[in-house]
Amino acid sequence: MSAEGGRLEVNDSLLFDASSIAPASQWPSSFILKPSSAVMMLKITDLHASAGTKEILKGISLTINPGEVHAIMGPNGSGKSTLAQVIAGHPGYEVTSGTIEYEGEDLLDMDAEIRAQAGVFLAFQYPVEIPGVTNAYFLRAAYNELRKARGEEEVDPIEFLDIMEEKLALVEMDSTMMQRSVNAGFSGGEKKRNEILQMAVLEPKLAVLDETDSGLDIDALRIVAEGVNKLRRKDRSTIVVTHYQRLLNYIVPDYVHVLAAGRIVRSGGKELALELEAKGYDWLLEPVGV
Amino acid sequence: MTAPYADQFAAYAANGGSEGPSWLPTLRKHAFDRFAAIGFPTTRDEDWHFTSVTPIAERTFKAIKPAPTTLTLSDLEPWLVDDSWHRLVFVNGRLEPTLSSFSELPAEVQVSTLSEALREEPEWVRQHLGTLAKFDRAAFTALNTAFMQDGVVVRVPKGEVVETPLHILHVCDALAQGGAIHPRLLVVAEALSQLTLVESYAAIGTPSYLVNAVAEVSVGSGARLDHYKIQRESTDAYHVGTVQVTQGRDSIYHSFSFAAGAALSRTNVYTKLLGTGGEARLNGLYVLDGAQHADHQTYVEHLAESCASRELYKGILDGASHGVFNGKVLVDPVAQKTDGKQTNKALLLSEKARVDTKPQLEIFADDVKCTHGATIGRLEELPLFYLKSRGIGAENARALLTYAFAAEVLETIEIDPLRTALETDIFERFTHLRLE
Repeated sequence: MSAEGGRLEVNDSLLFDASSIAPASQWPSSFILKPSSAVMMLKITDLHASAGTKEILKGISLTINPGEVHAIMGPNGSGKSTLAQVIAGHPGYEVTSGTIEYEGEDLLDMDAEIRAQAGVFLAFQYPVEIPGVTNAYFLRAAYNELRKARGEEEVDPIEFLDIMEEKLALVEMDSTMMQRSVNAGFSGGEKKRNEILQMAVLEPKLAVLDETDSGLDIDALRIVAEGVNKLRRKDRSTIVVTHYQRLLNYIVPDYVHVLAAGRIVRSGGKELALELEAKGYDWLLEPVGV
Repeated sequence: MTAPYADQFAAYAANGGSEGPSWLPTLRKHAFDRFAAIGFPTTRDEDWHFTSVTPIAERTFKAIKPAPTTLTLSDLEPWLVDDSWHRLVFVNGRLEPTLSSFSELPAEVQVSTLSEALREEPEWVRQHLGTLAKFDRAAFTALNTAFMQDGVVVRVPKGEVVETPLHILHVCDALAQGGAIHPRLLVVAEALSQLTLVESYAAIGTPSYLVNAVAEVSVGSGARLDHYKIQRESTDAYHVGTVQVTQGRDSIYHSFSFAAGAALSRTNVYTKLLGTGGEARLNGLYVLDGAQHADHQTYVEHLAESCASRELYKGILDGASHGVFNGKVLVDPVAQKTDGKQTNKALLLSEKARVDTKPQLEIFADDVKCTHGATIGRLEELPLFYLKSRGIGAENARALLTYAFAAEVLETIEIDPLRTALETDIFERFTHLRLE
């Protein structure tokens, strides 16, 4: 799980179920490991991003290896949600300089849907309601788009129902949820669980959870966190964006980064989160003058 | 521009138009004189400000020579929706008994052609026909009244609940080219009765013709009428339709108007809430492309206490199409405790598409709750991003959201096979995918 295991885990990640491997000629380019960058899942270098004329990210650098869980913490307005959204390709932000490499590829060059097809997933802080489209249709459409991108056959509604049964159990949702419109009229907790359900269905390589804990009561928090933990794998990396340490009691990170005013002001192990819990953010903000 | 119709009317009055009880030719003559006096509406008329009927007015649509059709049921398959429904099929304005099927209706329910009803119950017809659909200031209604041929008369007696929908399907084919059809419908749902009526307009091919329909509807005390109008005329055709409703105490009138056809269409749905506790729900969806023009006008008159009206109209416009929605609500001084809500939303899919929307509330009572809202816009960025972030490509994401926009109003259709048919229609139109 930790950095020193990085080299080993690359090998692990190559242990696909042989029956599901398409001929190499059909592999998307992102499947083909490149010698120097293969180790890294995500490499962010001196990233600057703006919303309109306002610069929000002011030089972020961060490297994430396969299997690692990184927590991004920070006070309101520090830019942590912006970072999550920029990774997923939110159209409201403009990257003004810097790079993001995802499995050695230029992530910023990909449209949002291509990023998703390549294995990037963002659990939204505010999941969007889509009245009129059922969860079942939406999830299957997304699932099939990802299969198509991998050169696999699409699944029909009956097959998909089977797949869903196990996924629903993971987030303790019942199947009536599938016939409801996407997030429409869902409670805060249901919306967040629905995000994790989507993550379970789409099986990303890089999952970014944007304040998934906000607005959750303790039971919903437990369900969501357990769902995420069950999805932890040696070849799946997770970025947990959160304001509070609470979620990190459940989803234990390998690294914690503190963001303030668009920069990472401190990085450390999981104990940093506990320190923040005890001392707040102020002691970290003074040195950068915020 | 009304002159060519004078010759046609003279010819019609001498042949066919003079049939029936003596008051009928008088009514026709009176209606035609009125049409000749006021002429086709122009954009100077407030009610027609955004819709020019010049393409209709500058042509002379002729009566269609009655001829038995060669169409078979399988030709009608796309519009039948459900085989179990009672149905009356008109081809090019003429009732086709062999394509129709309404013998399973309860014996007490009267469904007949206008000429049959005039033979059997002339006095009853006289009491209703032309009394609801006024033509003093409505040229198209006057024209319909002058030329109406074999209309449909539906009478649901007191307390009778008709479970299976009644479908009135009008189909035009190449033989309708250049012709005018003036369908007339009279529906009387007596106290405590219930009926679901589906009125569809469709075409085979793309003939150019004019359908000028008038429906007069009376919903008695405690009665309920669900009235679906599905307009899928030829894209080279013209459609003008007026539905005039009166509602008794505690009655329910639900209207759903779907419009996807015709080069130019105008749909009027007018209801008068005459008795306490009545409810009117007027919903609609129009889907336009190319140079299509669709105008919907609703008018709800709250003339009694404690009535509710709900309106939801949505439009999806692509190409250089033009949509118009004009929703009028009147609250009479006696209509205290009125609860009215009107919502109108349009989605523009192209730069050249255009919508004009005009809500009009005239409230003369003080203890009322009336709201209206209109939005015109394009697909929003955030839902698009949400779908894309799940791997759904930009084109499919837009299509899915366009469908979702329509689905909100399609959900109000209470007959399952009709709702499914329209949902599938819209879904496949925008996504080029299959909706299972």
